[in-house]
Amino acid sequence: MKYKSVLDLVGNTPLVEVPSLCPTPGVRIWVKLEGQNPTGSTKDRIALSMVEAGEASGELTKDKIILEPTSGNTGIALAMVAKTRGYRFTAVLPDNASSERTSLLEAFGAEIISSEGAKGSNGAVALAQKLAADPRYYMPFQYGSQANVEAHYQGTGREILEDLPEVKAFVAGLGTGGTLMGVGRRLKEHDPGIKVVAAEPALGQSVYGLRSLEDGYVPPIFDPDLLDGKVMVRARESILWTRELLQKEGIFAGISAGAVIWVAQRVAERLGDGGGGDIVCLLADGGWKYLSTEAWTEEIDTAEAQVEEVLWW
Amino acid sequence: MAVEVRIPTVFRKFTDGSGAVEVQPGTVGSLFEQLETRYPDLRGQVRTSDGQLHRFVNVYVNDEDARYLEKLETKVTEGDTVSILPSVAGGQA
Repeated sequence: MKYKSVLDLVGNTPLVEVPSLCPTPGVRIWVKLEGQNPTGSTKDRIALSMVEAGEASGELTKDKIILEPTSGNTGIALAMVAKTRGYRFTAVLPDNASSERTSLLEAFGAEIISSEGAKGSNGAVALAQKLAADPRYYMPFQYGSQANVEAHYQGTGREILEDLPEVKAFVAGLGTGGTLMGVGRRLKEHDPGIKVVAAEPALGQSVYGLRSLEDGYVPPIFDPDLLDGKVMVRARESILWTRELLQKEGIFAGISAGAVIWVAQRVAERLGDGGGGDIVCLLADGGWKYLSTEAWTEEIDTAEAQVEEVLWW
Repeated sequence: MAVEVRIPTVFRKFTDGSGAVEVQPGTVGSLFEQLETRYPDLRGQVRTSDGQLHRFVNVYVNDEDARYLEKLETKVTEGDTVSILPSVAGGQA
């Protein structure tokens, strides 16, 4: 296969069945391996889409520096797109992001501005919004960008329907909400009966160490009414099922994958009662960026503690 | 056996520092009434003045977001765990 640019490798990720992780008769769980994207996560899709949207609207010009609050994957993806398109890129990153993420950003030549880890992603968002007042910067802002949702509507959702038009349920992690909104809308246009369910992290209390509720945050692109369910998953379950995914199916995915599998199994039980069918799980990234947490190799209590120290979601 | 309600750090100033409070079974709404009777300062924090869930608060019954169950009418029985959490930005974002 020949390609003119690494950007042509974004999307069209494989869908793989994982029978050993689905004990419910009549239900099949499939995983969409977003780790197969060029920088190893689903965020390549939205990075490309957001940069192209900025260029199309005329707001992103060659003299601008792209700025984004990101706990890692979006930053790495934007850094890659920025390199191929000739832009400078600055990431606003919580200072407890995993070391692999920081190293990758540096490798791609990104400038890093640290935000306070104790304030989580909210802190990075607030700091980036303050910095973006400077006209040198162009901020795609994934939490509010329709191009984020569009990337999944036009890409991820379309691909799922091409591969598995009979899909009955879709499960993905909730971050900006872009994946769930874009894929969810596409699937429900195809069949309004398709269930769209979010897995979300039960983060450590440090992440919730907000001073007041006014610091709470709902991403502007997130419409809770599009979902049919939302399930909270602890780091421990996420790690255990990320391990199972590797041990039983040979798939090496990031920690949030385990959470998505865990939720898919709950969805499978309900689907099984209703006549069965196919569930698609979106696995947002590969496991590489989480190796330093020893999630696969340490005893579970230690692994859990080490995963909770970094932004694992 | 009662129902355990887990209180997030941000609300503990209203619950005398308590991170977990036991209440009687019922619905999610009746749980909040019990909590607000015991800790009047909580009033207006989890629910808005018109009784709806605050936009930045998520309530989970055994890890499932009550918004997608029966909302404030969601039944809570003995041994269930109810968690209140603020919304945060996040994701592989």
